[in-house]
Amino acid sequence: MTDTSRTTSYLQSEEAARRVKKRYAAEKRFRFYGLAMISIGLIFLAILFYTIISAGLLGFQSSQIKVQVPLTAENLGIEPGASREDIEAISGFKLTKLARASLHTYLGLADGDRDARARSDGLLSNGVDTQLRDLILDDPAIIGSTVDVWLMAHGNVDPFLKRQISRDLPEERRLLNDQQLGWLDRLAADDRAALKFNTNLFKMGASADPELAGVAVGLIGSFFMMVLVVVIALPIGVGAAIYLEEFAPKNKLTDLVEVNINNLAAVPSIVFGILGLAIFINLLEMPRSAPVVGGLVLSLMTLPTVIIATRSALRAVPPSIKQAALGVGASKMQAIFHHVLPLAMPGILTGLIIGLAHALGETAPLIMIGMVAAVFDIPGGPLDPATALPVQIYMWAGLPERGFVALTSAAIMILLAFLLTMNATAVILRKRFERRW
Amino acid sequence: MDTRQSSLAERHAVADGQPQVKFVTRGVHVYYGEKEAIKGVSLDILNNEVTALIGPSGCGKSTYLRCLNRMNDTVDSARVTGSILLDGTDIYDKKVDVVQLRARVGMVFQKPNPFPKSIYENVAYGPKIHGLATKKADLDAIVETSLKKAGLWNEVSDRLETQGTALSGGQQQRLCIARAIAVSPEVILMDEPCSALDPIATARVEELIDELRENYAIVIVTHSMQQAARVSQKTAFFHLGDIVEHGKTEQIFTNPREERTRDYITGRFG
Repeated sequence: MTDTSRTTSYLQSEEAARRVKKRYAAEKRFRFYGLAMISIGLIFLAILFYTIISAGLLGFQSSQIKVQVPLTAENLGIEPGASREDIEAISGFKLTKLARASLHTYLGLADGDRDARARSDGLLSNGVDTQLRDLILDDPAIIGSTVDVWLMAHGNVDPFLKRQISRDLPEERRLLNDQQLGWLDRLAADDRAALKFNTNLFKMGASADPELAGVAVGLIGSFFMMVLVVVIALPIGVGAAIYLEEFAPKNKLTDLVEVNINNLAAVPSIVFGILGLAIFINLLEMPRSAPVVGGLVLSLMTLPTVIIATRSALRAVPPSIKQAALGVGASKMQAIFHHVLPLAMPGILTGLIIGLAHALGETAPLIMIGMVAAVFDIPGGPLDPATALPVQIYMWAGLPERGFVALTSAAIMILLAFLLTMNATAVILRKRFERRW
Repeated sequence: MDTRQSSLAERHAVADGQPQVKFVTRGVHVYYGEKEAIKGVSLDILNNEVTALIGPSGCGKSTYLRCLNRMNDTVDSARVTGSILLDGTDIYDKKVDVVQLRARVGMVFQKPNPFPKSIYENVAYGPKIHGLATKKADLDAIVETSLKKAGLWNEVSDRLETQGTALSGGQQQRLCIARAIAVSPEVILMDEPCSALDPIATARVEELIDELRENYAIVIVTHSMQQAARVSQKTAFFHLGDIVEHGKTEQIFTNPREERTRDYITGRFG
């Protein structure tokens, strides 16, 4: 080694050149492997997005039929200028009959042709009464006039307008027979049957009819739960982490608590659901299916993640900052809250995002506390029965109607959008906290 | 603000004569768990003097320094015995509040560690938490005098809102000194304050230390023999957790009594 001339001659030898070449080749190979891994990941992501979006986009559209409905006072059975209560009291049966009769008129079906009439009724959704009532409620002045209005088509019509089901199928295996398809073609040619934006998806709850089902209840339920998780898990988690990291005496008990927190982060989520069922519902007698219980359960589930992330964020702050604060006479608490915590904030928020994303996508514990129920009414508060977006997706995925296939994918897209909005907010918050030291 | 200044003036009046004793430490032992880091150190720190602590790495000089403002409290395993009196009061007494103590005994660290906040906030933080100034004008005045004393005012007066971490290394260290003197301490502890600075910044800080001597008792830990000779009046040589020799700086450097001191100073070990 001390003989420099020998070292130099070795470094210029062929063997040394081979070694160098080998080292570079190894590096190149490693880069290639890395690139290959990332490419594979991206390809799968692209496939996933393609499947979800191509199936889901149809869910954002619904088949509608335009019908001229004579909303005369006589037909509706109310006086012009009737009160809100009167309009709300109009029987759904009457409104449905009115809509159906209008379609009979358009198709020119005779009064006596009961079979044909029944078949034509099958083109319209069961929810047209609500649609008409909402129309009158929005503008009571239309009572007495004949309105040309787009009404929801039946769920059986939808796959044909969306060309999901081939018309070449034998008639007995089709949801619509030849006569109904003929009518549909007539309506379409007349610009009276078309695909429109599916507003029901955003304003309705559970329904057995795909054209009347929506994610509103799940969306609101998930929103309430996420708010609860932030409000409960963030302060408790950060507080616990600060105590454990900075104040707790280093003894066996603290070690035990630490080990358990780390283990809790790996406990299957359904266990938290059982815990919620046993404690919040059975013991504390909280309402079933309520976002408040779901939020509590998800908070418990998120807590370990927040605690672990906060502790590592606190540890990552240079100790010199805390010493500087202590050196000018700050108390331990002042040093932590004025200096260490603000610097740890980006890391804490990252942990919270991961925890929230996890909680948002969670289904199993919510099923345990009864959030899997079909809820029709929009919840007004966190105590009202609701469901959650992923639970809604889970329920729709199990339904046989063709329309729910598209709805499932559409709901997944909404869930992803929810997640992205939530993460974007957290990223923006994190950027504001980020400082260099 | 007024009361603080008058008390400062009183201290000067006393200090005009013979330098008064600030710290009296006797038989100080520090244990980190089982390990004894300092083995019975006795030393007096005088007002209006710079006391330099020198010695090879791991000799306990920093540990001793950190006893003087109880920074060792932050280390869980550390245990301190012996007596450390500040103006006659044992600082390890239960009645002594550690937060108040650290306001009286300020500290400057090895690596400049300004808060990642504005220059103004860096200096104003101490006075704020101790309630030294309630009005904005008072706080402004404290920030200005502190930065002037630290010799930084001319360089930063027009950009007090920029980040303290955006300054150069030497400026950051002077900012840390300004931050320490903003709470009007009586003693300033410096733990190798120039080890992360270039020679020009070092000269500037050394100059500053000499100026600050007028108002404070200063204890400085340094690895540089030349620095100890330049800035200090008293020097204590630490070796293996003990003080080998202490006394006037000229005497230590020109005519040390102990063999080990001579060897260390002349560079035979360390």
